[in-house]
Amino acid sequence: MLDTVFLIVYAMIAISLLLNLWRLIVGPSVPDRILALDTMFINTIALIILYGMSMGTGLYFEAALLIAMLGFVSTVAVCKYLLRGDIIE
Amino acid sequence: MRLEARFRWLPTPFRSVLLFVVWLLLNNSVSPGHLLLAAFFAITIPWITFPFRDPQPLIVKPGLAFRHLMLVLYDIVTANLQVALLILGPTKKLRPGFVKVPLDLSHEMPITILASTVSLTPGTVSAEVYPIPESLEEGEVIEQRYLLIHVLDLADEQALISTIKQRYEAPLKEIFRC
Amino acid sequence: MSEWIVSILLLIGGCFILIGSIGLVKMPDFFMRLHGPTKATTLGMASLLIAAMVYFSYTNEGVSVKEILISIFLLITAPISGYMLIKSAIHHKLRAKDGTKGLDNIEED
Repeated sequence: MLDTVFLIVYAMIAISLLLNLWRLIVGPSVPDRILALDTMFINTIALIILYGMSMGTGLYFEAALLIAMLGFVSTVAVCKYLLRGDIIE
Repeated sequence: MRLEARFRWLPTPFRSVLLFVVWLLLNNSVSPGHLLLAAFFAITIPWITFPFRDPQPLIVKPGLAFRHLMLVLYDIVTANLQVALLILGPTKKLRPGFVKVPLDLSHEMPITILASTVSLTPGTVSAEVYPIPESLEEGEVIEQRYLLIHVLDLADEQALISTIKQRYEAPLKEIFRC
Repeated sequence: MSEWIVSILLLIGGCFILIGSIGLVKMPDFFMRLHGPTKATTLGMASLLIAAMVYFSYTNEGVSVKEILISIFLLITAPISGYMLIKSAIHHKLRAKDGTKGLDNIEED
């Protein structure tokens, strides 16, 4: 039963990644694109955790944690750049 | 409001507890070696980094803080169900709006916590704190701060403001006693 | 039994992540789009990570609680990135949907 559930959730996350990609391409403004990119980061973490579960290893946990941190820092850095034209003043 | 901790060598007790727990969680073990290492990090890291930051108010009532945390977690779950229904429902019926909430809190730390709770709970995202900190003169005293929030479905402005003030701001005021 | 718990939590998490992305695509202006990803996606991730916690706790012997770290991290950081995004949107003077109330509450920076 779990394998079927894994497949369904894989499909759900894949669809949401595609929706995010659509927003990333269509825009229309720069903050919209950053928001789409941030959501894609979070969905990728979900995908990695799910892959780790279906493979039965906990090794992917560290990768997920690193991607979470990278996603947060890059979102804040790009927003800061948009706000001030500079990241560290 | 208390800015100074009771012990000199433990300037931020709750951050130390957080570090201790995070180290144990990262290693996923409670063996004596890791306990010792976690205690070492929990004491030295806040001790070294404490002078880098402005003093922030400490939690005075830990019990109330825990109860408030549980309330916020419960609210996050129920609020998310509401937001999910709003998103799936017809978009034309939504009444978005910006609301300005007057704040009684005066320190950065409690305001940050309040803004984060507002962002995670019922259909609201906190947008800005007025007056904007960067635009202030050096040493200028602020009389009244406002929190600008964006609401997804605004029915009654006054009711929303009083809910935020009573449900989330009043406990925070008591926890930090400021 | 725990298989059922894992399945239900996984499905709830997947649904919430999907709803967050649907909100991102469906809403008419930026400020409304922000609500989906900051709330629904965060809760979806929390539910998915709790599922991972239960799953690893019963497949490998011993309790596995480290997945909760990512949930805590996301719960702390989601409001902050949302705040930065809405701040830059206000700075760029993005137009809100017609009929948005209280637009005069926004001050110039």
